[in-house]
Amino acid sequence: MATILQTRGLKKYFGGLRAINGVDLAIEEGELRCLIGPNGAGKSTLFKLILGSYRPSEGAILFKGEDITKLQPHLRVQRGMSIKFQVPGIFLQLPVEQNLRIALQRAHRGAALDQALERLLELIDLGHRRSELAANLSHGQQQWLEIAMAVALQPAVLLLDEPTAGMSHEETFKTGELVKKLNASGMTIVVIEHDMAFVRQIAKRVTVLHFGEVFDDGSLDEIVRNEDVVRIYLGKV
Amino acid sequence: MPRWLALLDGPQTLGHGRAFWFVFALIVLVAALLPTFVDAFAITNLTYFLVWVFMALGLSLIWGYAGILSFGQTAFFGLAGYTYGVISINLGDAGLWTWFALLMSLVLPAVLAIFVGYFMFYGGVRDVFVGIVTLSITLVFETFMAQTAGPEWTIGSARLNGFNGMSNMPPLTFPWGENPIIFDGPSFFWLVLALAVLVYVGLRIVVNSRFGNVLVAIRENPDRAEMLGYNVRLYQLFVFVIGSVLAGVSGVLYTLWGSYITPSSMGLTAAALPIIWVAAGGRKDITATLLATVLLTWLSQQLAVKGSQYALIWMGVILLVVVLFAPEGLFVTVWKKLRDRRRLQQVAAARKTVSLPSA
Repeated sequence: MATILQTRGLKKYFGGLRAINGVDLAIEEGELRCLIGPNGAGKSTLFKLILGSYRPSEGAILFKGEDITKLQPHLRVQRGMSIKFQVPGIFLQLPVEQNLRIALQRAHRGAALDQALERLLELIDLGHRRSELAANLSHGQQQWLEIAMAVALQPAVLLLDEPTAGMSHEETFKTGELVKKLNASGMTIVVIEHDMAFVRQIAKRVTVLHFGEVFDDGSLDEIVRNEDVVRIYLGKV
Repeated sequence: MPRWLALLDGPQTLGHGRAFWFVFALIVLVAALLPTFVDAFAITNLTYFLVWVFMALGLSLIWGYAGILSFGQTAFFGLAGYTYGVISINLGDAGLWTWFALLMSLVLPAVLAIFVGYFMFYGGVRDVFVGIVTLSITLVFETFMAQTAGPEWTIGSARLNGFNGMSNMPPLTFPWGENPIIFDGPSFFWLVLALAVLVYVGLRIVVNSRFGNVLVAIRENPDRAEMLGYNVRLYQLFVFVIGSVLAGVSGVLYTLWGSYITPSSMGLTAAALPIIWVAAGGRKDITATLLATVLLTWLSQQLAVKGSQYALIWMGVILLVVVLFAPEGLFVTVWKKLRDRRRLQQVAAARKTVSLPSA
């Protein structure tokens, strides 16, 4: 399989803080990858570098073979990336349907847009609340709405930053099934997550970040057997 | 119905359906017929109320829809007014020269808006700082024009005339054989009314279009809008230019109305008034903005006639009351209250019909 997203020697310093300190990451096409690591490991910063919210201090980012290190964020999205932020980034004062329309209208028009809208509402099970303001949804539903908006772009690579934060067990499980379904349809997905049950539910391969560096990489079982990984999560390294 | 026409009603505008458009058509019709049964003074006044509507609608678009608070739309207003003055005084009213002056009075504000907007939006100026930058620009313009009293401040045959302002520019004139059409009195009123209807209807289509969707998306969450692949800064620049050209329309119409423009039209008081009109009516809706602008300019005038400077204090009081008790604006708040009540009644009625069989 071909590599679709790659970082080479990626570094990001905030003053004296080395948030990302030389990360080489290669995501294969069609992969479902989990990024884990303690708080402050640099996971969200890595996503922001990939999407261009931050400029890297050093290193390069390649997407579909193209060097996108200096590309503006909206152009990266137009090339086929999409993200769900850590804090739900939706249009709170607009109805659910309008949120999705705005996401869909760049690629769809007319009847095709209406069809795509119905499919997305069905995907996140919010058809019955379509005319409600997004602000009135539960936290979990807001997360799903944002996932649906990110998916609406039909991205080649979908980045999910803690998609299950604040969700109940049942909601988390449903989210896991949703992510698996999207991945099965051919979407490459990278997920940042803390919930180990969720990681077990979805992940084939896990990358552990620690102090802005790749600490370990492999299947979940391999990762869990690594005593050092267990220790950093307990804060001993 | 063609798709663009269907955009007249949509999620970004209040008021829709036959009843709304019937009332709209009725108001326009009555307004158009007014010159036949009211006196010339009343028509002059009515024209004056309508003149300000363009700047207010532009501000509603920039601030209410796209979330950028510009405090200096009067800079574009004044620039347009002075541009019309300088060009029309120099070229006169022969041929189509007054129309050329009108056109240039809109081109110059557009160029200024592109210049200022580029540095603001591409320079990362956000939130309240946009207000500070734009307010500074309009105050600099005012201060500059106020010191042009000396005879050395002339452009061609047009004297800028400092704080006393520029006057005696020719009205819009259209060559028509022996008797050129001069837009004055009722004909100027009809011109302004037609423009107001055109801009209002046009803006309804714009804000309900895909472009309008992106504007409200940027207002609600610029980061998300960017992550949906929209070029946020370009949209911000574009909407700023549209709104500023509309301020220019008001400026040039005001100058034509009184054949007069002064630096104080760009001063602090003048700059604050559009904010008050737009906020009081409801900045997120162009209909509310239009109604509030006509109503408040009328009210200001009535108060000014009765008690000179107190008019401005009352405008301030209105702003305070609205901000405290109806932050979404008076008309928008009332409209939403009525809509919610109707919905509740509908739900209650639906419940009744459902529960009947079980009773």
